[in-house]
Amino acid sequence: MAMKLNINGKAVEVAAEPDMPLLWALRDVLGMTGTKFGCGASFCGACTVQLDGEPVRSCQTPVSAVGTAKITTIEGLSASQWGRKLQDAWVALDVPQCGYCQAGQLLAAEALLRSTPKPTDADIDAAMSGNICRCATYTRIRAAIKQAAAS
Amino acid sequence: MSLSRRSVLKAGIVAGGGLSLGWQIGAARASVPGALSAFVIVRADGRIEITAHQPEIGQGVKTSFPMMIAEELDVDWNQVTVVQAPGNRAVYGVQLAGGSSATPTQFERMRRLGAGARAMLVEAAAKAWGVPAGEITTASGRLYHKGSGREAGYGQFAEAAGWLKAPDPKTLTLKEPSQFRILGRRIPGVDNRRIVTGEPLFGIDARPPGMVHAAFAKSPVFAGRLKRANRAAALAVPGVKGLIDVAERRDLKTEIDVGLPGIEVLPQGIAVLATSTWAALRGRDALACEWEGGDAAFQSTAAWEAAAARAHRDGPQKPGYINHGDAAGKLAGAAKRVTADYTYPFISHAPLEPMNATAHVKDGKCELWLSTQTPEDARKMVALALGIRVEDVTLHLMRSGGGFGRRLMNDFAVEAAVIAKAAGVPVKLTWDRGQDFAHDWLRPGGWHRLEAGLDAKGDIIAWTDHFVSFGKDGVLNPTAVIDASLFPSGVIRDYRADVTVLPIASTLGWLRAPINNAFAFVTQGFIEECAHSTGRDSLEYRRALLGEGRAIPIAEEFSGETKADAQGTPYHTGRMRGVLDKAAAMAGWDRRTSLPKGRGMGIAFHFSHLGYFANVVEASVGTDGSITVHHVWVAADIGRHIVNLSGAENQVQGSVIDALGAALGQRITFDGGAVEQKNFGDYSLARMEMAPPVDVAFLSTDFPTTGLGEPAYPSVAPALAAAIFQATGKRLRQLPFTSDLLTA
Repeated sequence: MAMKLNINGKAVEVAAEPDMPLLWALRDVLGMTGTKFGCGASFCGACTVQLDGEPVRSCQTPVSAVGTAKITTIEGLSASQWGRKLQDAWVALDVPQCGYCQAGQLLAAEALLRSTPKPTDADIDAAMSGNICRCATYTRIRAAIKQAAAS
Repeated sequence: MSLSRRSVLKAGIVAGGGLSLGWQIGAARASVPGALSAFVIVRADGRIEITAHQPEIGQGVKTSFPMMIAEELDVDWNQVTVVQAPGNRAVYGVQLAGGSSATPTQFERMRRLGAGARAMLVEAAAKAWGVPAGEITTASGRLYHKGSGREAGYGQFAEAAGWLKAPDPKTLTLKEPSQFRILGRRIPGVDNRRIVTGEPLFGIDARPPGMVHAAFAKSPVFAGRLKRANRAAALAVPGVKGLIDVAERRDLKTEIDVGLPGIEVLPQGIAVLATSTWAALRGRDALACEWEGGDAAFQSTAAWEAAAARAHRDGPQKPGYINHGDAAGKLAGAAKRVTADYTYPFISHAPLEPMNATAHVKDGKCELWLSTQTPEDARKMVALALGIRVEDVTLHLMRSGGGFGRRLMNDFAVEAAVIAKAAGVPVKLTWDRGQDFAHDWLRPGGWHRLEAGLDAKGDIIAWTDHFVSFGKDGVLNPTAVIDASLFPSGVIRDYRADVTVLPIASTLGWLRAPINNAFAFVTQGFIEECAHSTGRDSLEYRRALLGEGRAIPIAEEFSGETKADAQGTPYHTGRMRGVLDKAAAMAGWDRRTSLPKGRGMGIAFHFSHLGYFANVVEASVGTDGSITVHHVWVAADIGRHIVNLSGAENQVQGSVIDALGAALGQRITFDGGAVEQKNFGDYSLARMEMAPPVDVAFLSTDFPTTGLGEPAYPSVAPALAAAIFQATGKRLRQLPFTSDLLTA
């Protein structure tokens, strides 16, 4: 069935089963592959997107449950001022190794900075520990969040 | 490296004008345009394109290799566009992300490419200007002749250079390190911007036109057979388009680059084709397959543990597997003897990008989109499975969402190709996380019963080890060997290792710093115990053990049961001492006597993959047995040059935190033949909250430049164990270090 979604500020129609997770509607139906499949069970955070600014696990979010909430994915992150700052810090500090988790990391970090513009290490731990980086680039993720916060 | 006579540079002209330079790989085939590897292109308009030919799995090679070329070409890094090569050995030579081998084997080769292109541009300018080539200098992609005041961009002479004969690479002069303007600096990864904006880069992002999605139902027990399946239920799932029966094949074993059989058994199963990954996975679940049998049905962690204990009690299958000197005699005469049993579990690679492959098979040809560490192996295996020629397999080499050794194997690519052939349309096969754990090529577990003899001063004079691990038909799997090149063999001249082989049918593989990732824990942990038994300081004790700085040769008599068992890499005790001293200085080793209660510092070192690493770990243990790692200091000796300081530091910090994650929680177990772990809920990877600061220092030593993807990993767990011992008085001899071990 066709559902109307708001993705990165645009109205999009998606033809999908209502219980299809948003992750697969984005990746396979709409061809927006920036959002990543990691575990399919909300353990790893690779599939993190934002609904009305809140980070959610798109692998556990049925597309029919999104309703009118505004979806932000990695493809739309640079529309946010914090998003751009984070992207620039990620590039400048050379955060990625394989890079696969970084979309989810960035969406989680953007939500953190919007609510907590000057995060402490404990704030970063609390906001980011749901997002696994298998290459363990945590030292640089932490530094990049702080750099973005300071800029 | 030495440049063999077969190392020949070949120049060409690119369409639109400009110089192209590459290596001629193998036999001369200059008449075949496609056979020329265009590693460097200088276009007439001045644009510089450099081809990255190695698989990028997060080790940074897509940036570091072009840096090597750009340095000697003498251009600015921001003038360079990096282009990813497809997988094709006939054109690009060896393409392999494994063994931290790329940098040591190709560092000079890549530099000579850049130097060759620069020399040709200089020669073309010299001809045009009528001046000696030796008077021309270059900088930032421009040519200068001081005497006449002439200058020009590279583009102006690019086409003229393309008509020249490529120089003999042996005659080229490379820059002195003091002249480096790119190498050794911090250069961010070339794909960073694309990563942070979510562009498609990874294998799983491939979407060729007409593609369908597939999931593959197969037995959780290796090579199990299908008993029954509910095909109607699967076909009733919305989005499911069809089912394909895949028959078991055992004729696909082939020799591949990485010393394993490639694919032993293509398992029987049912592929579900669907309009989305989700529908395919739901269809697979709806099949509700029941399985029976399987080569691995006997496998059980409990049974293996019992068998290892029996072996240690009853004696080894293979006494004297390695035997040099007179360990038994020295033990008998020792002033003191120390014994301990160490063990570590199977662990899984678990790259975050699940195994996947996209294949299109048509008219006897196959097109693959693949995240792989071994593209040529993938082509070879897919060609074998499809009964076509390797040349007819086109491989789009995609960025890998992690490798860690898992993507040295290409079983998922073979599955995708076989399914795509039957489907007749492009197929993307995606494994879910449960399949990733169930069908990994695991790091094997092992058990060591150790005994050391100490002299009156407490120094180790003899060492014996009864090593129990896995293999087939009484032969250790290549990923589970013990060999004479592994420290402390060599330093301790009276050394003996006995071996018992436990049978395993499912797949074992190479995992980040293979063999070493487990042995360093055992060896360094036991040396720590020996030191403690004498009351001597851990650092001083290790320094004394290493003695004078010297290269330890791997003599023939030191090799294992077969010559092939020896890795054959000599190590240098002076370099080991160098990193130990540096790590100790960084951490303030003297602080360890004044730490608060419940806190400790541990030190360990290891040599693997040509790299020397030592680290100090500072940690504390709570009353609930929870371990907090406060800080890690790492000293590294990987030779003269650090190619990319940013990437190098990232590799080391990541390796250390990855190793902490493994030490604190990773364990794969078997029951009823199958892996019991299903997802990251029961297999823990390192997370932000447990990641300590990691300080990294690179020593600069006058040795060849070597790789970094692996050697920082092994020495972490033993240093953590030593820190925990100081904090608690509890000696951890098994991985992982779960809190119950510290509350018992």
